[in-house]
Order: sequence, then structure tokens, then C-alpha cells
Amino acid sequence: MGKAAAPDAESTPSAIPLWRDPKKRAIVFQIVVLLLVLGTAYVLFSNTQANLSRQSIATGFGFLQTESGFEIGESVIPYSSADTYGRALLAGALNTIKVSFIGIVLMTILGVFVGIARLSRNWLVSRMAAVFIEVMQNIPVLLQLFFWYAIFYEAFPSPRQALNPLPGLFLCNRGLIMAVPADNAAHQPMFIALIAALALWWVIRRWAKGRQERTGRSFPVVRTGLGLCLLLPALVWLAYGAPTALDIPELQGFNFHGGITVSPEFSALLLGLVLYTSAFVAEIVRAGIQAVSRGQIEAAMSIGLRPGQVLHLVVMPQALRVIVPPLTSQMLNLTKNSSLAIAIGFADFVSVANTTINQTGQAIEGVALIMAVYLCFSLSTSVFMNWYNKKTALVER
Amino acid sequence: MKPFKLLSIVICLLLLPCSIAYAGKDLDAVRKKGFIQAGVNGGVFGFGMPDAKGVWKGLDVDTAHAVAAAIFGDASKVKFTPLTAQQRFTALQTGEIDLLTRNCTRTLTRETALGLNFVQVNYYDGQAFMAPKKLGVKSATELDGATVCVLPGTTTEQNAADYFRANHMKWKPVVIESTTELAKTFFAGRCDVLTSDSSQLAGTRAVAPNPKDYVILPEIISKEPLAPAVRHGDDQFRDIVDFTVLALINAEELGITSKNVDAKLQSEDPVVKRFLGVTPGNGKALGLDEKWVYNIIKQVGNYGEIFDRNVGPDTALGLERGLNALWTNGGLMYSPPFK
Repeated sequence: MGKAAAPDAESTPSAIPLWRDPKKRAIVFQIVVLLLVLGTAYVLFSNTQANLSRQSIATGFGFLQTESGFEIGESVIPYSSADTYGRALLAGALNTIKVSFIGIVLMTILGVFVGIARLSRNWLVSRMAAVFIEVMQNIPVLLQLFFWYAIFYEAFPSPRQALNPLPGLFLCNRGLIMAVPADNAAHQPMFIALIAALALWWVIRRWAKGRQERTGRSFPVVRTGLGLCLLLPALVWLAYGAPTALDIPELQGFNFHGGITVSPEFSALLLGLVLYTSAFVAEIVRAGIQAVSRGQIEAAMSIGLRPGQVLHLVVMPQALRVIVPPLTSQMLNLTKNSSLAIAIGFADFVSVANTTINQTGQAIEGVALIMAVYLCFSLSTSVFMNWYNKKTALVER
Repeated sequence: MKPFKLLSIVICLLLLPCSIAYAGKDLDAVRKKGFIQAGVNGGVFGFGMPDAKGVWKGLDVDTAHAVAAAIFGDASKVKFTPLTAQQRFTALQTGEIDLLTRNCTRTLTRETALGLNFVQVNYYDGQAFMAPKKLGVKSATELDGATVCVLPGTTTEQNAADYFRANHMKWKPVVIESTTELAKTFFAGRCDVLTSDSSQLAGTRAVAPNPKDYVILPEIISKEPLAPAVRHGDDQFRDIVDFTVLALINAEELGITSKNVDAKLQSEDPVVKRFLGVTPGNGKALGLDEKWVYNIIKQVGNYGEIFDRNVGPDTALGLERGLNALWTNGGLMYSPPFK
């Protein structure tokens, strides 16, 4: 019989006391930590409430229903100073969404383009792309915004001497003012026709892919799709009697009335943010493309694919795995950097919320709202991009 | 496991006495610090702006110096924090500054919902519009459809909205947070008019590249009583700041200036003796040294001297006393008796 004791078959293990059982200990510690966190949060909250009421500073979100009393420079929805703070904040949030969405689309396109250009075998093209990337990455974004804003209001003339390159198109330091089709009953059906055309394009694409896999015959999907998008709304337009009335801007008094105005604040913010962030996206795209092994490109070319097809069919699907996560970060960066709009006068959400904080004195509720809204924007962007990433992920064998 | 248990017990014990934490009495905190932290504008010439050598100058700056002279006997015991219109009230509410001398208008909401206490007005102002002469505008009623440069988060913004709405005129605002950036944008022609308190407009025009090209339109569309402010919660500190500003006004009424205050110490007039602390009583009532008024007048001057030095007819702003004259001269500056 060795030293190692054989398990005693008769005795059953007695109940392990609480402080010696690792599983139960872990639960107890977690409860203690949770209570500590909740306790700290409660202390902070009640301390804040007590201090605020001692100094008789107003609390609560009731201010959202009161009249705002200030105007907003540009707004997607109709808004005037007689509307509530809640509507003002909504207008600001929509402005942020407008600039972020357009900015993200432009930044992605420009970034991919510059990234591919950087890898071009043409020496001049790749050098120019490199210079663009280095310059745009290294100058702080606020300075770039000031620069573009100053260009827009210094370089262009006043409304009375506005440039008029085309009839109905004016360029001055108040912005780009364009003629648009006057409001007409045909517009909504035309929009519905466009949506229908896009849906049809998607269906055709799936059918064409299926057919190519079965029989090998390709189908010009893109051309057909574009043609549908132009044709269906045009048919609706004709059906409504081909309305051609335009809303032409005219100079009356101080400013132009009519048409739509793209303000210098919006243009400067969009341009500054897009140029700055696209430089980072270009580097990400370059990293993604270089991550695809050289052998893939050689193999693709050896079966006779043209360089454009190599990029589109072989390199990009593999590079996207590397590109999409950092690209999501840059999209979030652009959204958050749009809060710098307050320095150049664009009425984005932070600017409107700051004014609200100042008028109502409720800094805590205001900042909490800003945090909540930006968190919403960021989370929805990253959820969408993560879904896209999963969808286009290659299945490894 | 043992050290962790010990640590968690210690943390729990430390948290126990954490009941409601009160902000300390403001005056005691200021006395302990040895100086006053004053919030100023930083961008308005004549009220609160550093000069070419970086020394802070202005009407509000001098008011803060007067409060320091009252509390510490030394007008230089002030540190200045430049604040934008959007930061100013939060900075005072949270305790980042002790005193807000930043050409702030006293309003009902600010006095109540923001938890601030405004003291004696140190400048009665009104809102006006400034336009380039070449626009040919003679009156604010002709501004339908104009683009207006305005600072965000100010009474200016709301008053302009109210004025245009009341007169059924349309307008477009350009709101930029920084006073200097806003002025630059106006001078570059981005907007047709600049609107602000008329004293600020005069100050902005004084430092413009070509002041003669701009005209301040005659309409005054609002009342803007500019007063220093402190937080709710410390009545003694509020009284000190209040009576400091009133002392400046009362000194001018009694004819006491920084030049003759030493001679006035020998005066036989009982009102002057009580005022300057030769007859004790006022200082003790406020919790200050009996020479507090003497220190203020000697080191900073009376209201007239401060006005003339910073915004008076001989300065670049060239403002007349107008509403800011003594009540004996047709203005609104009136002090209760110092006894």
C-alpha cells in the first residue's frame, strides 16, 4: 500500500463551508461589488440632487416642452423661435445626421479612391496621393475647418455681386444657391417609382447571379439597373404632364429668396471632415489591399482577368475583412468630429444643446442628452457595419 | 482572499460617513485661497480684455479688482478666467469661479432657475445692430431677410428672435461661439448685421480694421442691465460684492476719487467719516476690515474714474455716461446710504 491514500468509499464529502467553496465565494464577491457600485451611484446621484436643490437650480426634463426663443441657422425640418426646446434639439440632431451621413458616404468613396491611387504603379499618381494623405492627416481638424470656412466667406463675393455661372445657379459668400423644381404633386409618385426601380434592380441582380452560376452567361446588371432608375421616374413624370416649373432664386433685399441654399458652414464642415477622415481611410484601404497575398493577384492575372477585375473580384473581397473594422472607427470619428461645427457656426446637435444648456441652466440634463444622442449614433453605425462585416466575411476552410 | 476582504471592509467604512456633501461657504473658501477667481469675457474691448502686454483691462476687470481690495485690502489678489457665453454660468454654478464679472444681463431665469445672485448693476446697456455703411440701412426696421451674426446662448440671441418676430420680419442667424471669430466673420461680410449690447458693438468696432465703415443703427431693442453675479448660498459674500459696487457709485456721489481719498480721510463730514471707515461700524457689519472702502477707492478709483478709464469719451469706445450717470445727473446710478 503506497502513501497515496485510496479514496475512502464510505464517507461522503461533507458540505463545504461558504468561505472555502470557490463558486459560492465568487457569487458573494460579485454581489458585494454590485452593491458597492450601486451604492456609489446612489451617493453621487443624491449628492448632486441635494446640491442642485440647495442652490435652487432647476432639474428635470420639463424644459423640453418650453418655448425656445432662439433661431437656428439651417434646419431640415421647419423650425422657428416659437417652437419648443425639444424641437430645436431634434433639428440639431437631424443636422448632425445629415452632415455625418453625407460625410461618411463621401469619405468612404474618396478614401478608397486615394488608397488605391497610393498603390498605383504610376509614380505621379502615387506621389500625389501620398502628399494628400500626409498633409490631411497631420493638420489638426479644427484648423482645417477654420481654413475652409475662411476660404468660403473670404473668397466669394457678397450677394449683390454674386457669381452667376449658369442661369439659376449663384455662388456668393452666403452659399451656393440653386434653382430646384417647384413643389409639384408628381414628386412623391416619382420617388416611389425610384424605390420600385431600386427594388427591381436588386431582383435582377439576384436572378443574373443565379443564371451566371448555372449557365455562365453574364448580364449587364449595372447598366440595366441605372436605366430602370432613370426610366421609371421619367415615365411617372410624363404621366403627370411633364411639369417643368422651376423655383428660381432671386436677390431681394439682403439675400436670395427661393431655390435651395447650401450654406458655407455646411460646405466647410463637410469638406473639412471628409478630406481629413478620408486620408485615414486611404491608409486603412492601403493596408487592407497590401494584406492580400501577392500570390492571389498573380493567380488572378494568370487566368486572364483584367487589372480592374482582379481588384474587384479577387483583391477587394479579401481586403474588406481587414478594412471594415477600422473603417467603422473612422466613421464614428467623423460623426464625433462633426461636433466641432460650433466653431464655424453650423447648427449641429452639440451647438443647439449648448445654447439650450445656457438658456435653461440645466447643464447636467443637457450633457446627458448629448452623450445619449451620440451614443445612439455611434452604436447604430457600428451595429450596421458589424452586420455588413459578418455578411461579407469569407468563410475559412 | 484576506487582503481583499480587508480592503472591501475599509471601503465600506469609508463610504459610511458620506452623507450629503455641502459646498463650503464661498467667502471662507475665497479667504483661505487668498485670491478671488473671477470669470471675465476675454474678448470685449473696454469690459474684459487683456491688453497688448497681457494685463487684464476693462470695466468688469476693475469691478473684480474692487472686490479683491474690499476683502483682502489688495486689489491685485484676483485671477481671471476668460469664459465664452456658453461656459460662464456653468463655471459659476460648479464653483470653478467665485465671481462672474462678464457683462451678464440680469434676468428672472438666471436669478432663479440657474441659482445665481446678481448684485448692483455696474452698466446699464441695451441691444443694438451694427451694419456696414455701404448697405445703406438707416434703421433696424429695414432688416427684413437679413443675415445676422449673433453669439449663441445669450439674451442677445433671444431678443433678436423676439424683435424680428414682433415686427414680422424674416432673418437668418449665423451663430459662432467665439466673440473674436464672430467679429471676424462679420467684417468679412458673411452676415449683413452684427447684433449685441451697444457697448460691445462699440468695442468691436473700435478694434475693427476700418471703424469708419460701420454704423450702429439707432434702435435699442432691449434692456440689458449688466451686473456681477455670485452663487446662491452665501449671503455674506453676496452683500460684500453688492456693497463694493455700491461703494464705487457712492464715492462718486460724495466726490471722493482715488486722488483725494487721503485728504478726505481728514474730513469732518460725518457721512464721509462713516463711509470711509473713520467712524467704525460698516466694516464690522460686513465682516471686512474698516478700511475696505478706502482700499477700494485708493487702489481702483470711484465709478466715474473706472468708467472714464475704460469706456469713457476719451477712450477708443467713446461712450457717453447716458443711463450710467449718477441719479443727480439724470442717470440710473443710485446708492443706498452707507450706514
